[in-house]
Amino acid sequence: MLSAEGLRHAFGEGGGQVVALDGVSFNLTSGQTLAVFGPNGAGKTTLLKVLAGLIRPQQGSVRVAGGRRAIGWIGHQSHLYEHLTVRENLLFWASLYGVPAARRGPRATEVLSRLGMGDRADQPVWSLSRGLAQRAAIAKALIHDPSVLLLDEPFTGLDLAAAAELRALLGELRGGAAGGRVVVLATHNVDEGVELATDVAFQRRGRFVHFAPRGGRGSSEIAEAYRRAVGGKETDG
Amino acid sequence: MGELMAQAWTVARKDLVLEFRTRTALVSAVVFTALVLTVFNFGRDPTAVPTIDLAPTILWVTFTFAAMLTLNRAFQLELENQALEGLLVSPLSRTSLYWGKLIANLVFVAVVEGVGLPLFVLFFDVPVGHVLVPLIGVIALATLGFVAVGTLFSALVMRTRFAELLLVVILLPFLVPPLIGAVQVTARLLGGRPLSEWVGYLKLLAAYDIVFVSLASVLFRFTVDE
Repeated sequence: MLSAEGLRHAFGEGGGQVVALDGVSFNLTSGQTLAVFGPNGAGKTTLLKVLAGLIRPQQGSVRVAGGRRAIGWIGHQSHLYEHLTVRENLLFWASLYGVPAARRGPRATEVLSRLGMGDRADQPVWSLSRGLAQRAAIAKALIHDPSVLLLDEPFTGLDLAAAAELRALLGELRGGAAGGRVVVLATHNVDEGVELATDVAFQRRGRFVHFAPRGGRGSSEIAEAYRRAVGGKETDG
Repeated sequence: MGELMAQAWTVARKDLVLEFRTRTALVSAVVFTALVLTVFNFGRDPTAVPTIDLAPTILWVTFTFAAMLTLNRAFQLELENQALEGLLVSPLSRTSLYWGKLIANLVFVAVVEGVGLPLFVLFFDVPVGHVLVPLIGVIALATLGFVAVGTLFSALVMRTRFAELLLVVILLPFLVPPLIGAVQVTARLLGGRPLSEWVGYLKLLAAYDIVFVSLASVLFRFTVDE
């Protein structure tokens, strides 16, 4: 459903070159959630951008069943237009993703009620709190019922309660598409993403230095494994 | 082609709704147009140069700078909440994105010109009634060319510091050919000259449009892709 083969990408040239991806390969099928942990600058965002087709890798390839239409992206920012209402935003994105015109309205209503935002549909985005805006961003990512969800530091800027709420929400959303979605979550904080993961990767200087099923491991065991593999604290830059 | 244009219209309609809801660039451009025409009206000596000789230049200089104000906003609004990133991840083709921005920009500039032309007639007392249709045709032809180039360049400079200034600096040299053509045709139209005297400039404007709309459609992807 989502596979990456020998991804390599570097920014800059000569001595100042920064390798963001270095031989990254994996294969994920329905229902798998890969949490990619790594310090700032490890190449996590570059990996997600390559998976989403935003960056063409210098080497290697990505295959997504269903192509771009199958991808839902939740990044640091909401991608929403502040002066459109939540519903207008969803209808706009639904149109771009090829949702049939007759399905757009009902689909927007369905997604918003699922996310507990039915009563906010006609509010302009600028009037939403950070937590609600993040929910609206998730609604935008789900409007076309993607089979692959890419999450880039989705908890950034959220307070503890909002982050916990988002984790619960993402846990529910994993099973959305038929047979379950493929989810790739990139974060620098082990505690944030480990509960959601079926598979765990540690990324350092562009390489996966650890890639294995989570099994029964909890956040403390994953954090310990992370320290051994990557070294230092989770947020080392 | 159908899907390409449908997606382009989706982008254009969104831009139009956003602009007519906030009216930031459009109001600025319309006020700018009125102010420039007012300044020219009171700042010239009507006995030194006949109005009919000066008017075409004033009209086109005003339209050009007013258009630049509206062109700047085309991609600035996509930087809000990094909406551009969302557009590029989506199945929207780069060509549709460019055409969507082009259509929206053409509407904005047309609105500015729609306000500017009556003011121009009022301030400079230039009779345009007998040439109104060909004049509107020339305005449309010239506007398509410089908005096509301006839309491409506004994408090119959007992530730079001082984008507004940079756009003017890199865009103006490319606007010289359509500006020359537009001023020459307008002057001859207002002077009641025969078609044979200005058809060459009309061809220049048409050729500029074809070349730069095609080029910009092809080159646009290189301005937005990482």
